[in-house]
Amino acid sequence: MASNVEMVKSKKPLQEKSKFQANIEDWKLSFKKYKILYLLLIPFITWYILFQYKPMMGLIIAFQDYSVFKGIAGSEFVGFKNFIDFFGGDYFWRTFRNTLLIGIYGLIFAFPAPILLALLLNEVKNKYFRSTVQTLTYLPYFVSTVVVVGIVINFLSPSTGVVNMFIEKLGFERIYFLTQPEYFRTIYILTMEIWKTIGYTAIVYIAAIAGVNPSLYEAATMDGASRIKQMFHITIPSILPTIMIMLILNIGNILSVGYEAIILLYQPSTYETADVISTYVYRAGLQNGQYDIATVADLFNAVVGLILVLGANKLSKKLTNNGLW
Amino acid sequence: MTTNYILLGILAILCFYPFVYVFSASFSSGKAIAEGSVWLWPVDFNIESYKQVFTHPGIWIAFGNTIFYTVVGVAVSLFFTICGAYPLSKRDLKGKGFIAFFIALTMWFNAGMVPTYLNFVGLNLLDTRTGIIMGFALSTFNVFILRTFFQSLPESLEESAKMDGANDWQILWKIILPLTKPALITIGLFYGVSRWNGYFWAMVLLKDENKIPLQVLLQKLIIEMNIEQQFSIVNAGIYSQETIIYATIIFSTLPIVILYPFLQKHFKKGAVVGSIKE
Repeated sequence: MASNVEMVKSKKPLQEKSKFQANIEDWKLSFKKYKILYLLLIPFITWYILFQYKPMMGLIIAFQDYSVFKGIAGSEFVGFKNFIDFFGGDYFWRTFRNTLLIGIYGLIFAFPAPILLALLLNEVKNKYFRSTVQTLTYLPYFVSTVVVVGIVINFLSPSTGVVNMFIEKLGFERIYFLTQPEYFRTIYILTMEIWKTIGYTAIVYIAAIAGVNPSLYEAATMDGASRIKQMFHITIPSILPTIMIMLILNIGNILSVGYEAIILLYQPSTYETADVISTYVYRAGLQNGQYDIATVADLFNAVVGLILVLGANKLSKKLTNNGLW
Repeated sequence: MTTNYILLGILAILCFYPFVYVFSASFSSGKAIAEGSVWLWPVDFNIESYKQVFTHPGIWIAFGNTIFYTVVGVAVSLFFTICGAYPLSKRDLKGKGFIAFFIALTMWFNAGMVPTYLNFVGLNLLDTRTGIIMGFALSTFNVFILRTFFQSLPESLEESAKMDGANDWQILWKIILPLTKPALITIGLFYGVSRWNGYFWAMVLLKDENKIPLQVLLQKLIIEMNIEQQFSIVNAGIYSQETIIYATIIFSTLPIVILYPFLQKHFKKGAVVGSIKE
């Protein structure tokens, strides 16, 4: 009897050593073991706080009538006024429409292109041909955006550009491509999103295709399936998870990365189709100093991007039971 | 099957031909370009355009700046990346999950153009080389790639070193880093290409003409086309606006092309790891 009571008494303190205390002890152990590593983490985390998270505080200017002289602390809080100005303003519909259209065209044409390249390369038996094609298609990625745009501008020049020389030889009239809004999207997607990146992006898919179990192909060949049938029924379904992950990773970017190139390629006469939300942010914000409304536009862009990423992740889970999270 | 070869062949040519043209055109006369006689080989071979480019003072300053930003930038980036990737690769480091989430968030959501710019202003880093080097030191993507490499090293390596009395610092320097050299080279190249080609924030943040890198100078020349102000187009037949632009393009792209086989090998490795890392 007495011993039982003592056992009960001695059990209680053990359970009261709560999760909290166990946690603290874990931390102490970790600090002791990894002292130096925690020290290393300090500059690392500081960088993120200083250059990634601290700027986020600046988002408050979307709700302010911001003046550079008054700074964030001194500028007047105006609630959603800037939002109303942006959504009701002259530029919202144009920039939103262009952002969506370029994004959708990019999805339809630029996203599948590297997949196609990887699939075609997979069918090539000749090692030398395959590696030559890979080497050559890979090259444009390493050339800077400025240089590629420089090449595009000069090739499309109405007076000395190769493209127009070629058009003239065929008997047609020269076209001043870069001043006409109807050509902009095509030029941008073809050069920046396809030509520049197709070889580089294809590598991820080539690696994925290489990872497919060869016995699947052997079995299919024995069943008499043609190479094309094998591509559709084995290769593509096998790399579908990779395709979905790439989709999720890229879909957020589709809205924003392009602006570095678009800024170099567009001009006032093509703003109608070329001006996207990010280029508007650059013009209104960094060039014209309308910091507050530009921040609203950027915020809107980021939110739309986030929605797309979440949507893509859901789609990926539905199609392949696999998502980024 | 042959259609496959033809399609791929056309694509490869399309990817390569522009460079062939630019190369040949840079050695041709302005007159020949205007007449459309240049297709594959230089016409009226001359190196006048290059002479013009090499004697432009701004070019060498910009070139020097690019080298500075690239070399110092990669060193700084590697330092910070190792500082993050190595601790995060330890399985029982308390807090690693939270930190990983903390930095992963920045891959999808960042403050945006204007707040980022104002942040630089607030930190007094506007128009400074330090701003360019420090402000863009880390790529979260690269941190995760390096972390994966560190994770692939066997734990027994460290354990035996610790038993021999080594502390974490010595382990990192003498054992781990030498073993991950290929990964470090790959990540270094990722950062390097990004630095060499980077133009947007350099353009936005730098006002002093002595601090701008090559790509920003190119942007002024090629896009803003103020060639006439910068070069004296006296002899318009031998060289022209176009030939000078093409020569400048070759000049700024040559280092990349020379390093290309090297870059290709390591980028392929990196892309494979990056895609399988999950």
